[in-house]
Amino acid sequence: MYAKAPAGQTGRGHIITCTIEHKAVLDPCKRLQKEGFDVTFIDPPKDGVVTAKMVEEVMRPDTILVTLMWANNEIGTINEIEAIGKLCKSKNVLFHTDATQWVGKMPTNVETAGVDLLSWSGHKIYGPKGIGALYVRRQRPRVRLQALMDGGGQERGFRSGTHNITGIVGFGKACEIAKQEMENDAIRLGKLRKKLEQGVLSQLDTCAVNGHADKRLPHITNISFGFVEGEGLMMAVKNIACSSGSACTSASLEPSYVLKSIGVGDDLAHSSLRLSLGKWTTEEQVDYAIGEIVKAVKKLRVMSPLYDMHKEGIDLSKVEWAHH
Amino acid sequence: MAYGPKIIDHYENPRNVGNFGTGESMKADKRIGVGLVGAPECGDVMQLCIKVDPSTGRIEDAKFKTFGCGSAIASSSLATEWLKGKDLEGAEAIKNTDIVQELSLPPVKIHCSVLAEDAIKAAIADYKRKNGIPVEDHDHDHAKA
Repeated sequence: MYAKAPAGQTGRGHIITCTIEHKAVLDPCKRLQKEGFDVTFIDPPKDGVVTAKMVEEVMRPDTILVTLMWANNEIGTINEIEAIGKLCKSKNVLFHTDATQWVGKMPTNVETAGVDLLSWSGHKIYGPKGIGALYVRRQRPRVRLQALMDGGGQERGFRSGTHNITGIVGFGKACEIAKQEMENDAIRLGKLRKKLEQGVLSQLDTCAVNGHADKRLPHITNISFGFVEGEGLMMAVKNIACSSGSACTSASLEPSYVLKSIGVGDDLAHSSLRLSLGKWTTEEQVDYAIGEIVKAVKKLRVMSPLYDMHKEGIDLSKVEWAHH
Repeated sequence: MAYGPKIIDHYENPRNVGNFGTGESMKADKRIGVGLVGAPECGDVMQLCIKVDPSTGRIEDAKFKTFGCGSAIASSSLATEWLKGKDLEGAEAIKNTDIVQELSLPPVKIHCSVLAEDAIKAAIADYKRKNGIPVEDHDHDHAKA
Protein backbone atom coordinates (compact mmCIF):
# COMPACT_ATOMS: atom_id res chain seq x y z
CA MET A 1 0.00 0.00 0.00
CA TYR A 2 2.82 2.39 0.88
CA ALA A 3 4.67 1.49 -2.29
CA LYS A 4 2.47 3.87 -4.25
CA ALA A 5 4.39 5.61 -6.93
CA PRO A 6 5.30 9.23 -6.34
CA ALA A 7 2.66 11.67 -7.48
CA GLY A 8 2.84 13.02 -10.97
CA GLN A 9 4.34 9.86 -12.40
CA THR A 10 1.15 7.96 -13.07
CA GLY A 11 1.65 5.19 -15.52
CA ARG A 12 5.18 6.11 -16.50
CA GLY A 13 8.46 4.97 -15.13
CA HIS A 14 10.35 2.01 -13.80
CA ILE A 15 10.17 0.48 -10.32
CA ILE A 16 12.63 -1.99 -8.79
CA THR A 17 11.66 -4.49 -6.13
CA CYS A 18 12.42 -8.14 -5.45
CA THR A 19 10.62 -11.48 -5.56
CA ILE A 20 10.88 -12.19 -1.81
CA GLU A 21 9.18 -9.01 -0.62
CA HIS A 22 6.12 -9.30 1.56
CA LYS A 23 2.81 -9.37 -0.30
CA ALA A 24 2.19 -5.87 1.12
CA VAL A 25 4.79 -4.67 -1.39
CA LEU A 26 4.50 -7.31 -4.11
CA ASP A 27 0.78 -6.85 -4.63
CA PRO A 28 0.89 -3.03 -4.97
CA CYS A 29 3.83 -3.44 -7.38
CA LYS A 30 1.75 -5.83 -9.46
CA ARG A 31 -1.11 -3.36 -9.44
CA LEU A 32 1.24 -0.57 -10.58
CA GLN A 33 2.39 -2.88 -13.36
CA LYS A 34 -1.22 -3.10 -14.52
CA GLU A 35 -1.48 0.69 -14.36
CA GLY A 36 1.36 0.96 -16.82
CA PHE A 37 4.53 1.11 -14.72
CA ASP A 38 7.43 -1.11 -15.58
CA VAL A 39 8.46 -3.24 -12.60
CA THR A 40 11.65 -5.29 -12.26
CA PHE A 41 11.54 -8.05 -9.66
CA ILE A 42 15.10 -8.91 -8.62
CA ASP A 43 15.56 -12.62 -8.04
CA PRO A 44 17.84 -12.84 -5.00
CA PRO A 45 20.59 -15.45 -4.79
CA LYS A 46 20.50 -18.48 -2.53
CA ASP A 47 21.59 -16.47 0.52
CA GLY A 48 18.53 -14.24 0.12
CA VAL A 49 20.48 -10.96 0.35
CA VAL A 50 19.80 -8.21 -2.20
CA THR A 51 22.95 -6.14 -2.80
CA ALA A 52 23.50 -2.65 -4.23
CA LYS A 53 25.23 -4.27 -7.20
CA MET A 54 22.10 -6.24 -8.05
CA VAL A 55 20.03 -3.07 -7.91
CA GLU A 56 22.55 -1.11 -10.01
CA GLU A 57 22.48 -3.78 -12.70
CA VAL A 58 18.75 -3.35 -13.28
CA MET A 59 18.57 0.41 -12.75
CA ARG A 60 17.51 2.51 -15.78
CA PRO A 61 17.36 6.22 -16.61
CA ASP A 62 13.60 6.10 -16.08
CA THR A 63 13.75 4.31 -12.70
CA ILE A 64 11.63 6.32 -10.24
CA LEU A 65 11.42 4.08 -7.20
CA VAL A 66 13.31 1.26 -5.51
CA THR A 67 11.34 -0.62 -2.87
CA LEU A 68 13.20 -3.32 -0.96
CA MET A 69 12.59 -4.71 2.51
CA TRP A 70 15.17 -4.05 5.17
CA ALA A 71 14.96 -7.63 6.42
CA ASN A 72 12.94 -10.57 5.21
CA ASN A 73 10.01 -11.80 7.28
CA GLU A 74 10.38 -15.51 6.48
CA ILE A 75 14.13 -16.06 6.57
CA GLY A 76 15.33 -12.96 8.44
CA THR A 77 18.02 -12.03 5.91
CA ILE A 78 19.14 -8.40 5.80
CA ASN A 79 19.50 -6.53 2.52
CA GLU A 80 22.34 -4.07 1.82
CA ILE A 81 20.11 -1.14 2.69
CA GLU A 82 22.77 1.53 3.29
CA ALA A 83 24.62 0.79 0.06
CA ILE A 84 21.34 0.66 -1.87
CA GLY A 85 20.34 3.98 -0.27
CA LYS A 86 23.60 5.54 -1.42
CA LEU A 87 23.10 4.21 -4.92
CA CYS A 88 19.56 5.56 -5.10
CA LYS A 89 20.66 8.96 -3.85
CA SER A 90 23.41 9.15 -6.47
CA LYS A 91 20.87 8.38 -9.20
CA ASN A 92 18.09 10.59 -7.79
CA VAL A 93 15.80 7.63 -7.37
CA LEU A 94 13.40 7.42 -4.43
CA PHE A 95 14.03 4.57 -2.03
CA HIS A 96 11.30 2.93 0.03
CA THR A 97 11.98 0.17 2.50
CA ASP A 98 9.50 -2.12 4.21
CA ALA A 99 11.20 -2.19 7.61
CA THR A 100 8.47 -4.09 9.43
CA GLN A 101 10.85 -6.79 10.63
CA TRP A 102 13.68 -4.38 11.33
CA VAL A 103 12.38 -1.38 13.27
CA GLY A 104 12.24 -2.02 16.99
CA LYS A 105 14.65 -4.92 16.66
CA MET A 106 17.69 -3.13 15.27
CA PRO A 107 18.82 0.52 15.29
CA THR A 108 17.20 2.47 12.47
CA ASN A 109 18.50 5.72 11.04
CA VAL A 110 16.90 7.01 7.85
CA GLU A 111 19.82 9.42 7.28
CA THR A 112 22.65 6.88 7.33
CA ALA A 113 20.47 4.39 5.49
CA GLY A 114 19.62 6.90 2.77
CA VAL A 115 15.96 5.98 2.96
CA ASP A 116 13.26 8.32 1.62
CA LEU A 117 10.24 6.27 2.64
CA LEU A 118 10.12 3.73 5.43
CA SER A 119 7.14 1.71 6.60
CA TRP A 120 6.63 -0.44 9.67
CA SER A 121 3.81 -1.63 11.88
CA GLY A 122 2.84 -1.74 15.53
CA HIS A 123 2.07 -5.42 16.03
CA LYS A 124 5.61 -6.54 15.19
CA ILE A 125 7.09 -4.54 18.04
CA TYR A 126 4.63 -5.54 20.78
CA GLY A 127 2.40 -2.59 20.00
CA PRO A 128 -1.27 -2.60 19.02
CA LYS A 129 -2.51 -4.35 15.89
CA GLY A 130 -3.99 -2.36 13.04
CA ILE A 131 -1.59 0.55 13.13
CA GLY A 132 1.42 1.27 11.00
CA ALA A 133 3.60 4.20 10.11
CA LEU A 134 5.19 5.63 7.01
CA TYR A 135 8.20 7.87 7.29
CA VAL A 136 8.22 10.41 4.45
CA ARG A 137 11.35 12.48 3.81
CA ARG A 138 10.58 16.19 3.75
CA GLN A 139 13.79 17.55 2.30
CA ARG A 140 16.67 16.46 0.10
CA PRO A 141 14.58 15.28 -1.63
CA ARG A 142 11.09 16.29 -0.64
CA VAL A 143 8.91 13.27 -1.33
CA ARG A 144 5.47 14.06 -2.69
CA LEU A 145 2.84 11.38 -2.40
CA GLN A 146 -0.62 10.87 -3.71
CA ALA A 147 -3.24 10.76 -0.99
CA LEU A 148 -4.10 7.24 0.09
CA MET A 149 -7.67 8.40 0.68
CA ASP A 150 -9.44 11.72 0.50
CA GLY A 151 -11.87 13.32 2.87
CA GLY A 152 -10.81 15.79 5.53
CA GLY A 153 -7.12 16.33 5.00
CA GLN A 154 -5.83 14.64 8.15
CA GLU A 155 -2.22 13.44 8.29
CA ARG A 156 -1.16 16.28 6.01
CA GLY A 157 -3.69 15.17 3.46
CA PHE A 158 -2.02 11.79 2.86
CA ARG A 159 -4.55 9.76 4.74
CA SER A 160 -7.80 11.41 5.65
CA GLY A 161 -9.92 10.08 8.45
CA THR A 162 -10.21 10.47 12.21
CA HIS A 163 -6.96 9.60 13.92
CA ASN A 164 -6.74 6.24 15.67
CA ILE A 165 -5.59 7.83 18.94
CA THR A 166 -5.30 4.67 21.04
CA GLY A 167 -3.40 2.99 18.24
CA ILE A 168 -1.07 5.94 17.77
CA VAL A 169 -0.33 6.29 21.49
CA GLY A 170 0.21 2.55 21.90
CA PHE A 171 2.42 2.38 18.85
CA GLY A 172 4.46 5.33 20.11
CA LYS A 173 4.93 3.72 23.50
CA ALA A 174 5.94 0.44 21.84
CA CYS A 175 8.61 2.29 19.86
CA GLU A 176 9.87 3.95 23.03
CA ILE A 177 10.15 0.64 24.89
CA ALA A 178 11.73 -1.04 21.89
CA LYS A 179 14.39 1.63 21.73
CA GLN A 180 15.31 1.00 25.36
CA GLU A 181 15.29 -2.77 25.21
CA MET A 182 16.19 -3.83 21.70
CA GLU A 183 19.93 -3.86 22.12
CA ASN A 184 19.86 -6.33 25.02
CA ASP A 185 17.07 -8.30 23.38
CA ALA A 186 19.04 -8.67 20.16
CA ILE A 187 22.09 -10.03 22.00
CA ARG A 188 20.02 -12.44 24.07
CA LEU A 189 17.86 -13.65 21.16
CA GLY A 190 20.85 -14.04 18.87
CA LYS A 191 22.38 -16.46 21.38
CA LEU A 192 19.11 -18.34 21.81
CA ARG A 193 18.59 -18.62 18.06
CA LYS A 194 22.09 -20.01 17.67
CA LYS A 195 21.35 -22.53 20.40
CA LEU A 196 18.09 -23.50 18.72
CA GLU A 197 19.71 -24.00 15.34
CA GLN A 198 22.72 -25.89 16.69
CA GLY A 199 20.54 -28.00 18.96
CA VAL A 200 18.40 -29.14 16.05
CA LEU A 201 21.12 -29.46 13.43
CA SER A 202 23.48 -31.41 15.68
CA GLN A 203 20.88 -34.11 16.29
CA LEU A 204 19.42 -34.50 12.81
CA ASP A 205 20.98 -35.20 9.43
CA THR A 206 19.89 -33.53 6.18
CA CYS A 207 18.72 -30.25 7.71
CA ALA A 208 19.73 -26.74 6.73
CA VAL A 209 19.13 -23.19 7.83
CA ASN A 210 17.80 -21.15 4.90
CA GLY A 211 19.32 -17.82 3.94
CA HIS A 212 22.60 -16.09 4.71
CA ALA A 213 24.50 -17.45 7.72
CA ASP A 214 25.32 -14.05 9.28
CA LYS A 215 23.46 -11.29 7.47
CA ARG A 216 20.18 -11.89 9.23
CA LEU A 217 18.05 -10.84 12.15
CA PRO A 218 18.75 -12.33 15.57
CA HIS A 219 15.22 -13.55 16.20
CA ILE A 220 14.15 -15.41 13.05
CA THR A 221 15.23 -18.76 11.71
CA ASN A 222 13.95 -20.90 8.89
CA ILE A 223 15.06 -24.51 8.80
CA SER A 224 14.46 -27.17 6.14
CA PHE A 225 14.17 -30.75 7.32
CA GLY A 226 14.71 -33.17 4.46
CA PHE A 227 12.16 -35.95 3.92
CA VAL A 228 9.44 -34.65 6.24
CA GLU A 229 6.57 -32.44 5.18
CA GLY A 230 6.04 -29.07 6.83
CA GLU A 231 2.38 -29.30 7.74
CA GLY A 232 2.80 -32.80 9.14
CA LEU A 233 5.73 -31.46 11.14
CA MET A 234 3.70 -28.54 12.46
CA MET A 235 1.05 -30.96 13.69
CA ALA A 236 3.71 -32.93 15.54
CA VAL A 237 5.07 -29.84 17.30
CA LYS A 238 1.66 -28.48 18.15
CA ASN A 239 2.86 -26.89 21.39
CA ILE A 240 5.26 -24.67 19.48
CA ALA A 241 3.88 -21.68 17.61
CA CYS A 242 5.58 -21.81 14.26
CA SER A 243 4.70 -21.62 10.62
CA SER A 244 5.52 -23.93 7.79
CA GLY A 245 7.47 -23.05 4.70
CA SER A 246 4.59 -24.78 3.08
CA ALA A 247 1.48 -22.65 3.27
CA CYS A 248 -0.66 -25.74 3.64
CA THR A 249 -3.05 -24.04 5.99
CA SER A 250 -4.15 -21.83 3.13
CA ALA A 251 -6.22 -23.05 0.24
CA SER A 252 -3.32 -22.82 -2.18
CA LEU A 253 -1.16 -25.70 -0.84
CA GLU A 254 1.76 -23.90 -2.41
CA PRO A 255 5.16 -23.99 -0.75
CA SER A 256 6.67 -20.68 0.35
CA TYR A 257 7.38 -18.36 -2.58
CA VAL A 258 10.26 -16.89 -0.61
CA LEU A 259 12.03 -20.24 -0.27
CA LYS A 260 11.31 -21.08 -3.91
CA SER A 261 12.73 -17.73 -5.02
CA ILE A 262 16.03 -18.30 -3.23
CA GLY A 263 16.40 -21.68 -4.91
CA VAL A 264 15.24 -24.02 -2.17
CA GLY A 265 13.76 -26.92 -4.15
CA ASP A 266 10.00 -27.49 -4.00
CA ASP A 267 10.57 -30.64 -1.95
CA LEU A 268 12.56 -28.83 0.76
CA ALA A 269 10.33 -25.76 0.58
CA HIS A 270 7.52 -28.10 1.63
CA SER A 271 9.73 -29.30 4.49
CA SER A 272 10.51 -26.08 6.30
CA LEU A 273 9.66 -24.44 9.57
CA ARG A 274 9.89 -20.74 10.33
CA LEU A 275 10.57 -20.13 14.00
CA SER A 276 10.85 -16.79 15.69
CA LEU A 277 12.00 -15.81 19.14
CA GLY A 278 10.52 -12.95 21.09
CA LYS A 279 11.11 -10.75 24.06
CA TRP A 280 9.60 -13.31 26.39
CA THR A 281 11.17 -16.46 24.93
CA THR A 282 13.23 -18.24 27.59
CA GLU A 283 16.14 -20.65 27.34
CA GLU A 284 13.92 -23.39 28.80
CA GLN A 285 11.44 -22.84 25.97
CA VAL A 286 14.22 -23.10 23.42
CA ASP A 287 15.40 -26.37 25.00
CA TYR A 288 11.84 -27.64 24.90
CA ALA A 289 11.47 -26.64 21.24
CA ILE A 290 14.71 -28.40 20.30
CA GLY A 291 13.50 -31.59 21.99
CA GLU A 292 10.06 -31.47 20.39
CA ILE A 293 11.34 -30.71 16.90
CA VAL A 294 13.99 -33.46 16.99
CA LYS A 295 11.44 -35.97 18.31
CA ALA A 296 8.90 -34.99 15.65
CA VAL A 297 11.33 -35.13 12.73
CA LYS A 298 12.59 -38.55 13.86
CA LYS A 299 9.03 -39.85 14.19
CA LEU A 300 8.02 -38.56 10.77
CA ARG A 301 11.18 -39.92 9.16
CA VAL A 302 10.30 -43.41 10.40
CA MET A 303 7.09 -42.88 8.42
CA SER A 304 8.75 -41.28 5.38
CA PRO A 305 9.30 -43.38 2.24
CA LEU A 306 11.68 -40.67 1.03
CA TYR A 307 13.98 -41.09 4.02
CA ASP A 308 14.14 -44.85 3.33
CA MET A 309 15.01 -44.22 -0.30
CA HIS A 310 17.65 -41.68 0.75
CA LYS A 311 19.20 -44.23 3.12
CA GLU A 312 19.16 -46.87 0.38
CA GLY A 313 21.21 -44.48 -1.73
CA ILE A 314 18.48 -43.64 -4.23
CA ASP A 315 18.84 -40.18 -5.77
CA LEU A 316 15.36 -38.71 -5.28
CA SER A 317 15.89 -36.16 -8.04
CA LYS A 318 16.30 -39.04 -10.53
CA VAL A 319 13.09 -40.81 -9.56
CA GLU A 320 10.31 -40.51 -12.11
CA TRP A 321 7.57 -39.14 -9.86
CA ALA A 322 3.96 -39.16 -10.83
CA HIS A 323 2.82 -35.54 -10.64
CA HIS A 324 -0.71 -35.18 -9.57
CA MET B 1 -5.94 -26.63 9.73
CA ALA B 2 -8.77 -27.79 11.95
CA TYR B 3 -8.89 -31.57 11.77
CA GLY B 4 -11.49 -33.95 13.10
CA PRO B 5 -10.69 -36.48 15.84
CA LYS B 6 -10.26 -39.42 13.44
CA ILE B 7 -7.55 -37.69 11.43
CA ILE B 8 -5.77 -36.68 14.63
CA ASP B 9 -5.99 -40.23 15.95
CA HIS B 10 -4.52 -41.77 12.79
CA TYR B 11 -1.86 -39.08 12.66
CA GLU B 12 -0.82 -39.51 16.28
CA ASN B 13 -1.15 -43.29 16.34
CA PRO B 14 -0.58 -44.35 12.76
CA ARG B 15 -1.46 -48.00 12.06
CA ASN B 16 0.81 -50.32 10.15
CA VAL B 17 3.77 -48.04 9.52
CA GLY B 18 6.52 -49.82 7.64
CA ASN B 19 7.22 -52.06 4.69
CA PHE B 20 8.25 -55.66 4.06
CA GLY B 21 11.97 -55.10 3.49
CA THR B 22 14.11 -52.95 1.25
CA GLY B 23 12.97 -51.80 -2.17
CA GLU B 24 15.04 -54.57 -3.77
CA SER B 25 13.90 -57.39 -1.50
CA MET B 26 10.24 -56.40 -1.94
CA LYS B 27 10.70 -56.37 -5.71
CA ALA B 28 11.96 -59.94 -5.57
CA ASP B 29 9.06 -61.26 -3.45
CA LYS B 30 6.08 -62.30 -5.58
CA ARG B 31 3.63 -62.12 -2.67
CA ILE B 32 4.27 -58.40 -2.27
CA GLY B 33 2.85 -55.49 -4.20
CA VAL B 34 4.19 -51.97 -3.77
CA GLY B 35 2.49 -48.75 -4.81
CA LEU B 36 4.47 -45.52 -4.76
CA VAL B 37 2.50 -42.42 -5.70
CA GLY B 38 2.84 -38.64 -5.46
CA ALA B 39 5.92 -36.45 -5.73
CA PRO B 40 8.13 -34.70 -3.16
CA GLU B 41 7.67 -31.29 -4.83
CA CYS B 42 3.90 -31.66 -4.49
CA GLY B 43 4.34 -32.28 -0.78
CA ASP B 44 2.94 -35.83 -0.74
CA VAL B 45 4.49 -39.23 -1.42
CA MET B 46 2.78 -42.46 -0.34
CA GLN B 47 4.23 -45.93 -0.37
CA LEU B 48 1.70 -48.67 0.22
CA CYS B 49 2.81 -52.32 0.46
CA ILE B 50 0.48 -55.31 0.43
CA LYS B 51 1.34 -58.92 1.18
CA VAL B 52 -1.02 -61.43 -0.42
CA ASP B 53 -1.55 -64.95 0.87
CA PRO B 54 -1.19 -67.06 -2.29
CA SER B 55 -3.42 -69.84 -0.95
CA THR B 56 -6.43 -67.60 -0.24
CA GLY B 57 -5.74 -64.64 -2.54
CA ARG B 58 -6.41 -62.34 0.36
CA ILE B 59 -4.29 -59.45 1.59
CA GLU B 60 -2.81 -60.79 4.81
CA ASP B 61 -0.86 -57.68 5.70
CA ALA B 62 -0.52 -54.08 4.59
CA LYS B 63 2.00 -51.39 5.50
CA PHE B 64 2.47 -47.77 4.59
CA LYS B 65 4.99 -44.98 4.67
CA THR B 66 3.93 -41.46 3.83
CA PHE B 67 5.69 -38.15 3.36
CA GLY B 68 2.93 -35.61 3.69
CA CYS B 69 0.55 -33.65 5.82
CA GLY B 70 -1.63 -35.03 8.60
CA SER B 71 -4.44 -35.90 6.17
CA ALA B 72 -2.12 -37.80 3.86
CA ILE B 73 -0.74 -39.81 6.78
CA ALA B 74 -4.24 -40.48 8.13
CA SER B 75 -5.60 -41.49 4.69
CA SER B 76 -2.85 -44.04 4.11
CA SER B 77 -3.02 -45.34 7.67
CA LEU B 78 -6.75 -45.92 7.25
CA ALA B 79 -6.18 -47.56 3.88
CA THR B 80 -3.89 -50.20 5.43
CA GLU B 81 -6.54 -51.03 8.03
CA TRP B 82 -9.17 -51.49 5.36
CA LEU B 83 -6.93 -53.54 3.09
CA LYS B 84 -6.15 -56.26 5.59
CA GLY B 85 -8.27 -59.34 5.00
CA LYS B 86 -9.73 -58.15 1.70
CA ASP B 87 -9.31 -60.00 -1.59
CA LEU B 88 -7.95 -58.00 -4.51
CA GLU B 89 -11.39 -57.26 -5.88
CA GLY B 90 -12.55 -55.92 -2.54
CA ALA B 91 -9.40 -53.85 -2.22
CA GLU B 92 -9.88 -52.38 -5.66
CA ALA B 93 -13.37 -51.33 -4.69
CA ILE B 94 -12.12 -48.92 -2.00
CA LYS B 95 -12.93 -45.43 -3.21
CA ASN B 96 -11.38 -42.15 -2.15
CA THR B 97 -14.84 -40.89 -1.22
CA ASP B 98 -15.05 -43.66 1.40
CA ILE B 99 -11.87 -42.31 2.96
CA VAL B 100 -13.14 -38.71 2.81
CA GLN B 101 -16.30 -39.76 4.60
CA GLU B 102 -14.64 -41.91 7.26
CA LEU B 103 -12.04 -39.29 8.19
CA SER B 104 -14.20 -36.20 7.52
CA LEU B 105 -11.42 -34.76 5.38
CA PRO B 106 -11.76 -31.02 4.74
CA PRO B 107 -12.35 -30.13 1.06
CA VAL B 108 -8.83 -28.77 0.61
CA LYS B 109 -7.46 -32.19 1.61
CA ILE B 110 -9.51 -34.39 -0.71
CA HIS B 111 -6.45 -34.96 -2.89
CA CYS B 112 -4.94 -36.94 0.02
CA SER B 113 -7.73 -39.49 -0.29
CA VAL B 114 -7.27 -39.58 -4.08
CA LEU B 115 -3.61 -40.31 -3.51
CA ALA B 116 -4.47 -43.12 -1.09
CA GLU B 117 -6.80 -44.70 -3.66
CA ASP B 118 -4.07 -44.35 -6.29
CA ALA B 119 -1.61 -46.04 -3.91
CA ILE B 120 -3.98 -48.97 -3.33
CA LYS B 121 -4.50 -49.43 -7.10
CA ALA B 122 -0.77 -49.11 -7.76
CA ALA B 123 0.10 -51.73 -5.12
CA ILE B 124 -2.47 -54.16 -6.52
CA ALA B 125 -1.27 -53.53 -10.08
CA ASP B 126 2.31 -54.21 -8.99
CA TYR B 127 1.28 -57.49 -7.36
CA LYS B 128 -0.70 -58.54 -10.44
CA ARG B 129 2.14 -57.72 -12.79
CA LYS B 130 4.53 -59.84 -10.77
CA ASN B 131 2.13 -62.75 -10.84
CA GLY B 132 1.15 -62.55 -14.50
CA ILE B 133 -2.40 -61.36 -13.83
CA PRO B 134 -3.68 -58.90 -16.48
CA VAL B 135 -3.64 -55.32 -15.18
CA GLU B 136 -5.80 -52.39 -16.16
CA ASP B 137 -3.64 -49.43 -17.04
CA HIS B 138 -2.89 -47.40 -13.93
CA ASP B 139 0.60 -46.44 -15.01
CA HIS B 140 -0.23 -42.78 -15.20
CA ASP B 141 -0.57 -42.49 -11.45
CA HIS B 142 2.35 -44.67 -10.50
CA ALA B 143 5.82 -43.41 -9.70
CA LYS B 144 8.78 -45.54 -10.77
CA ALA B 145 11.65 -45.83 -8.33
